[in-house]
Amino acid sequence: MGKLKLRPFRRKRKINRTAGGAVLNVIIIAIFGIFMVLPLVYAIMQAFKPLDEIFIFPPRFFVRNPTLDNFTDLFILMSESWVPFTRYVFNTFFITIVGTVGHVIIASMAAYVLEKHKFPGSRLFFNLVVTSLMFAAAVTAIPNYLIMSKIGFLDTYLALIVPAFGYSLGLFLMKQFMETIPNSLLESARMDGAGEFHTFWKIAMPMVKPAWLTLVIFSFQILWGELGSTFIYSEQLKTLPYALNQILLGGFARAGAGAAATLLIMIVPIILFMVAESNVIQTMATSGIKE
Amino acid sequence: MATVIEKNKPKIKDRLTSRLTNLGREIGRNKVSYAFLAPYAVIFITFTLLPVIISLYLSFTYYNILEPPKFIAFQNYIKLFLGDDIFIQAVKNTFILAVITGPIGYFASLMFAWIINEFPAKVRALLILIFYAPSISGNVYMIWTIMFSGDTYGYANSTLIKLGIINEPLQWLTDPNYMMGVIIVVVLWMSLGTGFLAFVAGLQGIDTAQYEAGIVDGIKNRWQELWYITLPNMKSMLMFGAVMSITQSFAIGDVTQHLAGMPSTDYAVHTVINHLVDYGSIRFEMGYASAIATILFITMIGSNKLVQHLLRKVGQ
Repeated sequence: MGKLKLRPFRRKRKINRTAGGAVLNVIIIAIFGIFMVLPLVYAIMQAFKPLDEIFIFPPRFFVRNPTLDNFTDLFILMSESWVPFTRYVFNTFFITIVGTVGHVIIASMAAYVLEKHKFPGSRLFFNLVVTSLMFAAAVTAIPNYLIMSKIGFLDTYLALIVPAFGYSLGLFLMKQFMETIPNSLLESARMDGAGEFHTFWKIAMPMVKPAWLTLVIFSFQILWGELGSTFIYSEQLKTLPYALNQILLGGFARAGAGAAATLLIMIVPIILFMVAESNVIQTMATSGIKE
Repeated sequence: MATVIEKNKPKIKDRLTSRLTNLGREIGRNKVSYAFLAPYAVIFITFTLLPVIISLYLSFTYYNILEPPKFIAFQNYIKLFLGDDIFIQAVKNTFILAVITGPIGYFASLMFAWIINEFPAKVRALLILIFYAPSISGNVYMIWTIMFSGDTYGYANSTLIKLGIINEPLQWLTDPNYMMGVIIVVVLWMSLGTGFLAFVAGLQGIDTAQYEAGIVDGIKNRWQELWYITLPNMKSMLMFGAVMSITQSFAIGDVTQHLAGMPSTDYAVHTVINHLVDYGSIRFEMGYASAIATILFITMIGSNKLVQHLLRKVGQ
């Protein structure tokens, strides 16, 4: 088990690199970076614009007189809703966190045995999961609804959380990354008498940390944006994006509050993203996958 | 002859039972593996596999949700190919979009992941955020409706008018001459998604000692390094990215619906998914919608086979 060597941190030697190439990289990243980040900047700008600037002609990208009016408008609107707004916030956090944690663990366990144990049916099952990614979700909604109602999941958190545990995406991602773990490493853990769960949790999972951190981002993002309106009809179980959508439907007068809402709902995934990504980079700066 | 068959019968039976007992023993030996797989398998089968199988069956029926499905064999498929001009148009548009945005999006994801990986660790997380930004919030692409709105308010129009390139506003999202171009730009802009992040994570996992060993083996520049060391080490992520590219580029629908409307002018950017949603969620012809989904499904499986075949050549 002592075979997992962590490489001591040291400066990565720049090999096969020319100064010209580095400059070119910076230029490419700068040009495309501006193009990519525009919407994010725009969302921030809109949220701080007073109403007259939102509707000005010709349209202006940058805000002239930044104001917090949109946010106060939004909070007033929120306090008027008959289900306390914190309830929507709680629902979305609850569904997102439970769904993500469950999905990462359950899909990783399955991916681990599909990649590292060969047993009857393992290939077939994996192929089914990958193939299922290619079937349009729009037509499975009806069968899904029927199944939900048969097992009594309708109008409960379970309708959103449990299917999330079984997303195809996570299993596929984890299985692909598990391929990079050397078998000899797991073998030596077993020789040392480690149980299968211990080998999975203490040896395999830390080695694919970038993979499951990435999966956390994907899963969080999907569940965070969940409207849930198909399977849930009780108002107090509805999610935050659903409630904010209702505000946006208020029309022109609410354009400012809507812009503030759009920004607020983006901030949480972005913070998580930054934390997760810098962890992905940090872990691998100090260790590579080595036998 | 009859006696020969008689003689063989018990043999076949024996072989079958011995095979079954063997399988039983195999399953018994692997019970830990099955236990690990079980929670995922139960949920996947219930909420993903079963609905897909039901939809495949529905594609052979007439089903309007209110009445029970009525079996009509291949009629949906016959109607799709022989009696539905809009479907043929949708297939054409979908292929144009998939063939252009799929490969370009895939290579752009790989290229940007690779370039970003060259930057110092502290800058990297920020750059990844910037490039991933278009995928982070579900419908940020709506800002393109402002960029390309058909009046003089739109950024594209007001800029072009100011520069004197055009005199009157162009109808970016309703004139069939421009719609496809605008949609392609927006889809490409959003294509650094799941595949891109998987590549970023994959690049982090490559042991740097391999690059040092590469120099000894005579690798001279960063392109050789990419082809002989980096890419072969990332094969499993490349496969993942390819599947994601295929599923996303063939399933374009939300973007066209929200930017160009439904239906779009002259069906200029009407995709197979738009057609499916039209029949499934608006006309409630679920049997027909399921047939469309099945055809899309088969197309994606075919493209996937082709791409996996090409990917096997990496690093050779």
